[in-house]
Amino acid sequence: MQRWPQFLRASAIATFVTATALLCGQAGAQEKSIVVASTTSTQDSGLYDYLLPIVKEKTGIGVKVLAQGTGQALDTARRCDADVVFVHAKSAEEKFLAEGYGIRRYPVMYNDFVLIGPKDNPAGVKGKDILTALQMIKAKAAPFISRGDRSGTNIAELALWKNAGIDIGNAKGPWYKEIGQGMGAALNTASASNSYVLSDRGTWLAFQNRGDLAILVEGDKHLFNQYGVMLVNPAKCPSVKKDLGQQFIDWLTSPEGQKIIADYKINGRQLFYPNANDPNA
Amino acid sequence: MQDFTDALYTAAALIVHLDPEVREIVTLSLGVSFTASICAFVIGAPFGAALAMYRFWGQGAWIVIANALLGLPPVVVGLVVYLLLSRSGPLGSLGILFTPTAMVIAQTALGIPIVVALVHRMTVDNWATYGNALLVDGASRLRAMIPIMLIGREALLTAFLAAFGRAIAEVGAIIIVGGNIRGYTRTMTTAIALETSKGELSFALALGIVLIILSLAVSALSLIFGRALTAR
Repeated sequence: MQRWPQFLRASAIATFVTATALLCGQAGAQEKSIVVASTTSTQDSGLYDYLLPIVKEKTGIGVKVLAQGTGQALDTARRCDADVVFVHAKSAEEKFLAEGYGIRRYPVMYNDFVLIGPKDNPAGVKGKDILTALQMIKAKAAPFISRGDRSGTNIAELALWKNAGIDIGNAKGPWYKEIGQGMGAALNTASASNSYVLSDRGTWLAFQNRGDLAILVEGDKHLFNQYGVMLVNPAKCPSVKKDLGQQFIDWLTSPEGQKIIADYKINGRQLFYPNANDPNA
Repeated sequence: MQDFTDALYTAAALIVHLDPEVREIVTLSLGVSFTASICAFVIGAPFGAALAMYRFWGQGAWIVIANALLGLPPVVVGLVVYLLLSRSGPLGSLGILFTPTAMVIAQTALGIPIVVALVHRMTVDNWATYGNALLVDGASRLRAMIPIMLIGREALLTAFLAAFGRAIAEVGAIIIVGGNIRGYTRTMTTAIALETSKGELSFALALGIVLIILSLAVSALSLIFGRALTAR
């Protein structure tokens, strides 16, 4: 019986210590930090692991990234739960601006999408242009993995089907699987089932579980992939840290930030091409 | 098989070298889940005991609810806590979404039904055996709660461990309310989910092995602790 109070005391101390540690951890991290809602491709490609320590060193801003996919990232910002959005679907970004949730969109960088598929290429699409390739995949009913999550890549994929003259909503069959997950998960699924999949080039280059997959279609102008960054409108969301957020955006689009982005390479291959100065991007 | 052997080597290397980032992730996982299971215990245990010791209106409904919530999907808890803590939700002004505090809240919610159901089960038996004697001694039901819990202290430890196990293993709730932010809200399970999506399957599995070893350590420690409680 006598041991019981000891147990109580020990638990109380443990709780107190843990709670204090957590609270302190939080207080420390709240200093000069912003929340950036972003895409899975920028995280899965390793860009943030490379970029954020440099941002911290140059600007003193701690950036907390939520890797969510473009559609979800914009929704997080609409709920005022992020300070900045860094995404890649121009049409969705312009809608976000038109609704008044953002003030201005800044182009940051681009890379391109690539069509990945099994090396033995059952639909015979290698080297074709992307629209022809999609038509052939559809005609052969070759297995295709779609993100199905309203991400930037998913939005781009749906636009490509439309451009290829295919109403995918009606045309899809068992060969077309919408997995509702991030880019890495889609590549894992494609790798395990030898399917075709549309990916951004950055995530593909960083991806380690390729199996029998390879790039089959690339370099088509339809495959252009532009990234943009926006501050969430403080008039809609008073909690937005507008000074720090703007400082982060200014740094990303500055000559210094742009050079750092260009310097990110995997096995000597550049992943993202800065273009903050392109007014049409 | 290559993946499994690679994972074992990577796990061994992670443990031997105590990589600072992995250490940070492990500390956060343990801290959040331990705090959450303590909170769940403090809230759930008296409630579970009261459900067995008192007679009141709607009692059966509470018991059914607690048992049903044992199967509560973490992702639903995550979503509800997210909507409550979101800046546009009722508790948005607290500004604790995407912080470890939010993760503790979600895991506490997951742990409470487990503690309530297990403590209730234990108390029903002990109350049937010792209840009359305690009341004859002149204790009120509220006072009788302490001896009843002391009698069932091993079951209490089991309830605590079950809540801790649920918390440390789940990923669905904390990835929504914590956001899996590197160096801030990234835990063992969310890191495993992330490494899997990067295609780093061996590394993900290695983290999984570290998590299992941690669970073994916690379980062994509580066994020793439990023995110390009963030995007199």
